[in-house]
Amino acid sequence: MSKGVAITGMGIISSIGNNVEENLNALKSVSHGISRIDLLETRHRDQIMVGEIKKTNNDLERELGLNPLNSFSRTAMLGTIAAKEALADAQISDVNEYRTGFISGTSVGGMDTTEKYYLQYPESEENRRYIKAQHAGYTTQSVSNYLGIHGYVSTISTACSSAANAIMLGARMIKAGKIDRMIVGGTDALSKFTINGFGTLMILSDEECTPFDDNRKGLNLGEAAAFLVLESDEIVEKENKNILGRVAGWANANDAYHQTASSSDGEGAYLAMKKALKIAGLKPQDIDYVNAHGTATPNNDLSEGVAMTRIFGEENTPVFSSTKAFTGHTLAAAGSVEAVYSLLSLRENLIFPNLNFKTKMKEFSLVPQTELIPKEMKTILSNSFGFGGNCSTLIFTK
Amino acid sequence: MSDCYINGIANISAQPTSDPNLFLDEIISHKESIFRSHDPNYKEYIKPAAMRRMSKSVKMGVTAASMALKSSGVEMPDAIITGTGMGCKQDSEKFLEKILYDDEQFLTPTLFIQSTHNTVGGQVALGLGCKAYNLTYVQGAASFETSLIDAQLMLSEESEKNVLVGGIDEVAKNSTLLHKLDGQIKGDDINVIDLFNSGTGGTVHSEGATFMVLSGEKTENSYAKMVDIETISKASEVEIKDIIESFLDRQGVTMDSVDAVVLGNNGDIGYDHYYENLQTSIFSNTEQLCYKHLIGDYPVASSFGFWLGCKIFENNRVPSILKVNEVSAKKYDTILLYNQYLGKNHSIALLQRC
Repeated sequence: MSKGVAITGMGIISSIGNNVEENLNALKSVSHGISRIDLLETRHRDQIMVGEIKKTNNDLERELGLNPLNSFSRTAMLGTIAAKEALADAQISDVNEYRTGFISGTSVGGMDTTEKYYLQYPESEENRRYIKAQHAGYTTQSVSNYLGIHGYVSTISTACSSAANAIMLGARMIKAGKIDRMIVGGTDALSKFTINGFGTLMILSDEECTPFDDNRKGLNLGEAAAFLVLESDEIVEKENKNILGRVAGWANANDAYHQTASSSDGEGAYLAMKKALKIAGLKPQDIDYVNAHGTATPNNDLSEGVAMTRIFGEENTPVFSSTKAFTGHTLAAAGSVEAVYSLLSLRENLIFPNLNFKTKMKEFSLVPQTELIPKEMKTILSNSFGFGGNCSTLIFTK
Repeated sequence: MSDCYINGIANISAQPTSDPNLFLDEIISHKESIFRSHDPNYKEYIKPAAMRRMSKSVKMGVTAASMALKSSGVEMPDAIITGTGMGCKQDSEKFLEKILYDDEQFLTPTLFIQSTHNTVGGQVALGLGCKAYNLTYVQGAASFETSLIDAQLMLSEESEKNVLVGGIDEVAKNSTLLHKLDGQIKGDDINVIDLFNSGTGGTVHSEGATFMVLSGEKTENSYAKMVDIETISKASEVEIKDIIESFLDRQGVTMDSVDAVVLGNNGDIGYDHYYENLQTSIFSNTEQLCYKHLIGDYPVASSFGFWLGCKIFENNRVPSILKVNEVSAKKYDTILLYNQYLGKNHSIALLQRC
């Protein structure tokens, strides 16, 4: 088995909590964060359910102590809150003590501010500082500059697998000795752009989403940010650091089937899981739990389920659940949100349930874990899939 | 560090660069501060039915990818890595405007589907039926270079792979104009060829695509060896000088052995001092080449520098239109690239003849 890359810190903000502890408490008490929209202005407010963080942009600005003329989008502010917590958790005070980089995944970047001010820009100078802030790379640099990281900084935008890919890249760079420490994860705020986009695809549920249920109606969008601190074994040994877990396997593959839909045989997902197991030096039966992508769209859950039966065998599929009924689908952040939950599962020896499941799907016999249960675990596999046929798998070990 | 060879390359820009037999022999003169690419015949690469829905980025990307693969002799890459600063802006802008003007009604999915940053990477994979690793980097002016860093890392893991790396950015009608409002693009039209004497803030903006095939193994098609590449998110001009010197140090190269430097000057008086500070110090005895007065600036414009390096090695000459100082190299074996935008997203790369 591959030793993998050490994770020494984590941070998160989602609709179920403003930090790791609050998220854990919500997961343990099985209280989800799906609600009607309160803050974002949209005409679809009463038609859909979402995982919204109940803090206004002013609340977030105050919390971060930002200058009133800042150009932080909501996406950047959520990212900063989570990344700050991750650094503190890893007990890093001097971020430049070692070669440190930053990789963030985002899908829409600063679209939340763009859609607010776009029509005003030609007439009014007031908010033009946000023009640049639309770009995904700018969002990332808002966070990295706040943290004081100025060397290697990059943004991955592969839709809903972005943060998983950021974690993968960070692990690879540390393993290759290209860098000593990498802060990795993703951030996405709710926006009219994504609400309407997924709306046109007819995959938004008007109720609380029901992953892997035969009668699933689609996903709940959510907003969140989550980051991990990855460090080389040299730092870990030298500083005698507490390790939360390790990234032991990773892979990305492409479904090459359709720009947005997943193939019916789950080929991309199958290839990603297969390769991640190979990199981790593990066999399918070594996996104790799968944190599934499980968006609750008809297409994803079928494709992912079929891929799991191909990897594990229909009768031998490990305990699995999708935690998206807690948080909603947090798009580019999903991979890192679920990485934090996987690390909490490893630490607490708890499997967080797949909420709202009632009816087994017709196509296979897979049934997700629907109750919170204790389980001794060493190895967790986590999936994240995105538009463009993008399929990523991460494997976390104790 | 494992070896990293550029075994195929293709470029589409505001100059006729897509013809592999030409090397800036004819120059198109642009007179506006925002101008479009000089297009190859996309029909030779894309079926008409597929092309109807394609935005400019997708057309340029799919075509340049196909040309680069052809020039490398590789049919199926082992990874596809794309970089874009602004992604599929045309479709994003149309979708956004429909949301705003029609109060979130009467929307159709096509524009949204094609608005994601990884649309080009996904479309190239779909076209080839390529199920391999597929990533998209979006890091402003370092988008192409962060993609190359991933490719280089991948070749250090598995050197026999062929990695297709591309950079794509397109002009969009209204969102590009916003960059005039915030001063990134010059307010008035200029004769672009005189860009470096503009004496004003902001730059000129265009679009284009560069694709390359990288491998750890040298072939008869190899254009160049990419010795190393580095990106720096933010630095002062003093820091950049030190960073470039230590970058060269790590390669065991001194400025004396660099035959030419390819620089990203873009005529913005607010930020060209990053280059000028180097041009008058550590680069002063080296042949200096610039290109944004030909192709404009956009996040992946720096990918043109890689194309230039490859073409210089291939042709063993430098078109005079690129030269900005009096120094002339005796040979072209080692070329250093440096680019930045607004003092951010700096990139340094070293190419060698192979």
